[in-house]
Amino acid sequence: MTGLLWACATVPAVVGAGLCVSGRRADRVAPAVGIVTAGVVLALSVAVALGRPATSAPFLPGAVFGLAVDALAAVVLPAVAAVTLLVLVFSAADVSGARARYTGLLLLFAAAVVVTVCATTLPALLFAWEVMGATSYALIGFRWQEPHRVGAGLTAFLTTRTADLGLYLAAGAALAGGSGLALADLPGLPAPWRDVAAAGLLVAALGKAAQLPFTAWLSAAMQGPSPVSALLHSAAMVAMGGYLLLRVSPLLGATSWAGPTAAWVGALTALLLGAVALAQRDLKQLLAASTAAQLGFVVLGAGVAAVAGGTAHLVAHAATKALLFLAAGAWLTALGTKQLPALRGAARRWPLVGVCAAVGALALAGVAPLSLWATKDAVLAGAHEESLALYLVGLAAAALSAGYAGKVLWLVWQRLPADAEAGYDTEEEGTRQVRALQQAPLVVLAAGAAVLGLLALPPVGDTLRQALDGSGPTPGLVELAVSAVVAVVVLLLVRVRPLQPLPGWLEGWLGLARATDVVVVRPVLHTAEALARFDDRVLARAVTGAGRGALRTARAAARFDDGVLDRAVAGSATAGVRLADATGRADLAGPDAAVRSLAAGTRWLGGWARRTQTGQLHQYYVSAAVVLAAALALLLAVR
Amino acid sequence: MLSSIIFLPLVAAALLAVLRVPDRVARWTWIAVTTADLALVGVLIARYETPADGGLAFEERARWIPSVNSSWHVGVDGLSVPLLALTAVVFCACAVYGLREDRRPRQHAALFLALQTTCLGLFAAQDLIVFFLFFDLSIVGMYAAIAGWGHGREAGRSALQFFLYTFLGSLALLLGFIGLYLAADPHTFDIPELIAAAPLQDHPVAGGFVLAALLVGLAVKTPTIPFHTWLPPAHTDASAIGSAVLAAVLLKMGTYGFVRIAMPALPDAWRGAAWVVLAVGIASVLYGALVALAQTDVKRMIAYTSINHMGYVVMAVGAAGLLGGGTAARELAVTGAVTQMVSHGLLTGALFLLAGVLHDRTGSYAMRDYGGLARTAPLWSGLFAVAAFGSLGIPAFSGFIAEFQVFAGSIGTTAWAAIALPGILITAALFLRALQLLVTGLPGGRSISFSDVRAVEAVPVTGLLLLSLAIGVLPWLLLDLITPASAVLVDLVGR
Repeated sequence: MTGLLWACATVPAVVGAGLCVSGRRADRVAPAVGIVTAGVVLALSVAVALGRPATSAPFLPGAVFGLAVDALAAVVLPAVAAVTLLVLVFSAADVSGARARYTGLLLLFAAAVVVTVCATTLPALLFAWEVMGATSYALIGFRWQEPHRVGAGLTAFLTTRTADLGLYLAAGAALAGGSGLALADLPGLPAPWRDVAAAGLLVAALGKAAQLPFTAWLSAAMQGPSPVSALLHSAAMVAMGGYLLLRVSPLLGATSWAGPTAAWVGALTALLLGAVALAQRDLKQLLAASTAAQLGFVVLGAGVAAVAGGTAHLVAHAATKALLFLAAGAWLTALGTKQLPALRGAARRWPLVGVCAAVGALALAGVAPLSLWATKDAVLAGAHEESLALYLVGLAAAALSAGYAGKVLWLVWQRLPADAEAGYDTEEEGTRQVRALQQAPLVVLAAGAAVLGLLALPPVGDTLRQALDGSGPTPGLVELAVSAVVAVVVLLLVRVRPLQPLPGWLEGWLGLARATDVVVVRPVLHTAEALARFDDRVLARAVTGAGRGALRTARAAARFDDGVLDRAVAGSATAGVRLADATGRADLAGPDAAVRSLAAGTRWLGGWARRTQTGQLHQYYVSAAVVLAAALALLLAVR
Repeated sequence: MLSSIIFLPLVAAALLAVLRVPDRVARWTWIAVTTADLALVGVLIARYETPADGGLAFEERARWIPSVNSSWHVGVDGLSVPLLALTAVVFCACAVYGLREDRRPRQHAALFLALQTTCLGLFAAQDLIVFFLFFDLSIVGMYAAIAGWGHGREAGRSALQFFLYTFLGSLALLLGFIGLYLAADPHTFDIPELIAAAPLQDHPVAGGFVLAALLVGLAVKTPTIPFHTWLPPAHTDASAIGSAVLAAVLLKMGTYGFVRIAMPALPDAWRGAAWVVLAVGIASVLYGALVALAQTDVKRMIAYTSINHMGYVVMAVGAAGLLGGGTAARELAVTGAVTQMVSHGLLTGALFLLAGVLHDRTGSYAMRDYGGLARTAPLWSGLFAVAAFGSLGIPAFSGFIAEFQVFAGSIGTTAWAAIALPGILITAALFLRALQLLVTGLPGGRSISFSDVRAVEAVPVTGLLLLSLAIGVLPWLLLDLITPASAVLVDLVGR
């Protein structure tokens, strides 16, 4: 049985990767291969839903790659697999060009969804979660020749990845808190880490589920092919956000704030996006806003621990919304438009498509006894038990869904106007035909949209509730009756008094895309550019500047060497010579002259002394007498 | 065994340098030798068993400079085996890609073979002098590769800047090594002995200075901010192969130095500096991603993502020094860091080789010169898309395994690491933007008449991507090697 579970994930992954790699060569066989593979996955998922295997494989140190099918997964997995199969059948007749890439990506996406549904550990969950995001990018931007479609994929991927960071945070918190990375261990974390983990998972789920404030990406994602929307934006990717919260509902409940936060975000998204849906003039945009709003009920259910109700709503919505997206896709391919005014009377051109779409719209409106009526009330019963305000907001949101569903319903079933052709082919060249392969899935999905309410009603609903909630609140007869009446009244109101144009900010999705652009995207880009300038002009220049500074210092040193040191040496040599010269001159002028003049004086004195030596005695006697007299005088004077 | 793995390429390089063989022979010799070396590394991994008590496998020791207690000492453990394998793989891929090199192919092959020896030797070195020798020789080799075979107008200038900057870093490293040598009693350069002795354990000031020298030296090589400015010009002006080797292998020398030397030999000082290292890592992650986002030149963009990716490694090894968190989280962080080294090598190597194709065809890396390559070059576009998604951390590729471990481990150790989380997001944005500019839309500018990748270009890139895929899907193949070693390392840092 565990082998079947692994096969359920790996078969579509391997086949999908193979188709992507083989490229255009496999275009012819791709639709058939895709349908067969999806059929195998559906069979496998039913088998594992019955067998409930649990398995794991070594992955990271201390964290296994855990997969298991529990009661929750057993309900959701076959539903997702079934929608995948139906979408691939529809695509076989609807999508042209690069079919191998298309089918391959869709199968890879399906594999990621299977793993997401069955994941029991954070690494396994995050693994699949991010692959889902990447394949959705590639599917939304499937027609890469048109830049705005790729841009829409980029928006979707980046927004959901922003939220995904919460999962990384949760994994860190789980480790910091000392528990393993198994999802079931998270409620047992010690206090601060439990809150961090809950916050991380909550943000990740809200992003994927296109809840406020992350909703804008879903509007952009409508640039993808319609069948892609039918899978990604009804049964799988967006729904997986709600699914994650259902799965970790015990963790939300273990904190004091996470449950109420989820409940209120869900309720407000249901309300506001319901109003946004009502204001749309493009069918796919309306359905997208409605998806966010309906997922709001699922999130609300997870927040108030009405897991069974939330699960039932998730599955019933998957069938309903896939049906409506496929119908919109069929009309878009045939008529070349998805503008609501141009689709006036479209249902009458292909009655089978029209009837199926009507079933879907009525289910979406919450008309009894169709599916979403009962499932939504199962969620609202939980909300009622939590707080009356929450219940009333939910009820108002339910009334809005009747409003926008009615808007579509009455419009497409109006009489076909005479100038209908004038509104066609505004977005692509219509084929004016809806093929059998496109119609067949609609019938199956319509049946699902009609009867899946059984999941929330006795006896199936009780079994489900026991398996998922233990004991949860059940909708009372009054609540069921109230919501059924509200739905019918609003439907009729919309019929009788067509809507006035609603304010532009509602049609513009509350300005969320603009707000994201102004608050996040532009500041980040500006910061990036500023930092790049800083890097080039300051940091890099500082380094080259330091290099240049070193060079300049070297040159200065060289100049000093030449100009000062060298000159000093040369100068001191010159000075030495000059000093020697001066000394020589001074020598000649000073001591030498003195010596010479002394010598001359001495000679002169000698000359004078010689003149006394006359040789005549009388002169000697006179001399002696003079000397004696002088000596006597001196003697007398001294005494 | 280990020494022959290290020197086989050098012997071949010497022969190619001396013998005037024809170009064709030189090219194929290069491929043959790298393949043989890769096979030898494969044998080594097959025979590798995690040594008990945190020792080394395939240890070899020979007398070399006994006067300073330095010996030819090589050996491997769980930290070095993955990097040896990465080196062998990347050089082999480059050899195949190099079949198209027509400028002095014989000298080219010889140069890269010699460079391979320096890389292999560094990752196997168990002696600081041996480590330093290979560290510096790799700088010389890379200088020659950029200056001789680079294609930018300013290749010489960039090469010179690269050389001077990283050489300066290596001097700081040498200073640190000498500090370790002097502190050890008896003096030694032997890494296992230094780790066992942890010589500066009770000398906070001296230990701090030695660690600071090591950190600066390794941070220049890694590079982390603010020491990264040599990287973008070096990459822009290097050839495709030069860039691939520089990013895939040479940058790892810096981060490998952290886990091989700085952390286990200076545990006390490392714990003291852990907050600084963590902060530098976080800053590198965010700064590298943001600056990369603003680039218009695809090769510069990839270069800046390297700073971001290496930032994850630095952040993780910083977190591993914080004793507050649990041991399991710190071990996960270190394992993630080593995984990231391998992953970045594979994916960025592939990206640089693909960027080389752009330059080869048109001479331009400017993203706005292209557009719609998916039509004219579908195979190139597919490979680039896969490499880009792998590099931005999509699961099923090695980048996810690395980044998940790095973040879970780091956040599990300190909540501050969560500041770096937007790095993942910005990286995603910049790669998707590059994809959008280059690949999607209608063909225009230089995309018209752009010829798709040839076999010699596609084969090495595909090989690198397949390895990344294998690690992404079966991570335990790699993690079983790393995990015991990171447990030992975390233990040593906690002393």
